[in-house]
Amino acid sequence: MANIMIRKGDKGYVFYMPKRDIEDSIVSMEFDTPEKWGGEIRLGNGGAYFIEPQAAPARLPYSVRAKRLDGVE
Amino acid sequence: MAALTREETEALVQEVLEVYPEKAKKDRAKHLMINDVALESSKKCITSNRKSLPGVMTMRGCAYAGSKGVVWGPIKDMISISHGPIGCGQYARGGRRNYYVGTTGVDTFCEINFTSDFQEKDIVFGGDKKLAKVINEIELLFPLNKGISVQSECPVGLIGDDIEAVSKKSAAEIGKPVVPVRCEGFRGVSQSLGHHIANDSVRDWILSNRDGQPFAKTPYDVAILGDYNIGGDAWASRILLEEMGLRVVAQWSGDGTLAEMENTPNVKLNLLHCYRSMNYISRHMEEKYSIPWLEYNFFGPTKIKESLRKIAAFFDDKIKEGAERVIEKYTKASDAIIAKYRPRLEGKKVMLYVGGLRPRHVVGAYEDLGMEVVGTGYEFAHNDDYDRTIKDMGDATLIYDDATGHELDEFVKAMKPDLIGSGIKEKYVFHKMGYPFRQMHSWDYSGPYHGYDGFAVFAKDMDLTLNNPCWKMLTPPWKKAA
Ligand code: SF4
Repeated sequence: MANIMIRKGDKGYVFYMPKRDIEDSIVSMEFDTPEKWGGEIRLGNGGAYFIEPQAAPARLPYSVRAKRLDGVE
Repeated sequence: MAALTREETEALVQEVLEVYPEKAKKDRAKHLMINDVALESSKKCITSNRKSLPGVMTMRGCAYAGSKGVVWGPIKDMISISHGPIGCGQYARGGRRNYYVGTTGVDTFCEINFTSDFQEKDIVFGGDKKLAKVINEIELLFPLNKGISVQSECPVGLIGDDIEAVSKKSAAEIGKPVVPVRCEGFRGVSQSLGHHIANDSVRDWILSNRDGQPFAKTPYDVAILGDYNIGGDAWASRILLEEMGLRVVAQWSGDGTLAEMENTPNVKLNLLHCYRSMNYISRHMEEKYSIPWLEYNFFGPTKIKESLRKIAAFFDDKIKEGAERVIEKYTKASDAIIAKYRPRLEGKKVMLYVGGLRPRHVVGAYEDLGMEVVGTGYEFAHNDDYDRTIKDMGDATLIYDDATGHELDEFVKAMKPDLIGSGIKEKYVFHKMGYPFRQMHSWDYSGPYHGYDGFAVFAKDMDLTLNNPCWKMLTPPWKKAA
């Protein structure tokens, strides 16, 4: 589990992990509706993380705990 | 057009790697890439922010250098104590030429080396008492300081001193912020972690100090982040922003003050020049205070124009018109500069090897002068920096991460650039080899290079260096007949 920050970029969501200074684009997010948001996210670098599905945050950027599923670092 | 074709560059990289032992070769190969502008992500092509190999000559600094030397040091009305033995502070003092206005030793303190000067007994018995004494002495001798930061050097972390406790106690005693910064040099792989630690300590101890206090806001408030006013850079940037109608509330941290930093949460937009060293605090302010941040580039008229328009897009028509007015006003002057220097510099090739933002940011300024950057690299970048670099550099150009002394030498010998821009550690080697060289960390005792005013200085400096006849008269000592 690690803290990540999700923000809105020009081309959709951007992933950032402060601890390792990793910034990357989020290419897909399992749930992206106001009621249910999160789940499995896939990054531009091939990595995958899991965010406990929850109501979409009121505003971005938003810091949340995420679990690494797969991929680089 | 790169200096070499893609195949030639690949061959060169292979040749240069040849001298390393098998394991080192494999590792270093990951840090070198040949640019492909079609790429979106650098991840698969270049590895960065990794520990340097033992045995190679790296140009990197330490976390303490990143925190004290880069981020905290230039805050002019705060005193940064180099906590530990005296050498780290002495060699890090004023080397970056962060200009500021003020009377040094009275109300501003950047050029003075404050240190707890550890001796053997401090290592054996701990340095906490000494630190408390140093803080009290500082308060007595320099009462106009606005706050103190404690910059830990290696030994402090090794012996396990509790600088946080001392800082809290002293802060209560003197009634000013005392910020403990755990930036011991052994942390992380380069100065980069020091920037991060420094940002985090600003966030934890400074940024929210004035939350809830009244502040006379305007809709045009901005802050300049990541400009260290080297040779006056921030001033040359600030006047452009002010001329277009914005109000610059804070400069982080060149010629900046504690009050400015504390007021930053009130701004509308954070303008980020050095992404590497201050993206952390920008992200934090975006989340906590909903302040958007924008990366900009004030090197060379093309990029300045782009950046001014990008900045103006965040504001109303008044600012947008202001930006156009500024661009129009200065374009004539910058055209004249280009007309004067371009014929002398056209087609010349440059190789760079610098730090935080310059390996990509100055590319545009060279291109404005008709020059071409054929190789570039960072000492301590991360992958997000390389993602941004790919787009700024030409196809098939060489990109190197944490380059070693050997690699730089060999690349230069093969690519024969007309000008090299790098740091003090590289400078004299290339001087002796007879290559025109500019020290691009502190602008070689010149500057500013930011903004339109800076571009005039930049162009003149490049011409003076490159077209100086002395380079052809040099024979390296190792090539002289005995
Ligand atoms: S690595 Fe440690 S001892 Fe060396 S300059 Fe940095 S803080 Fe000082």
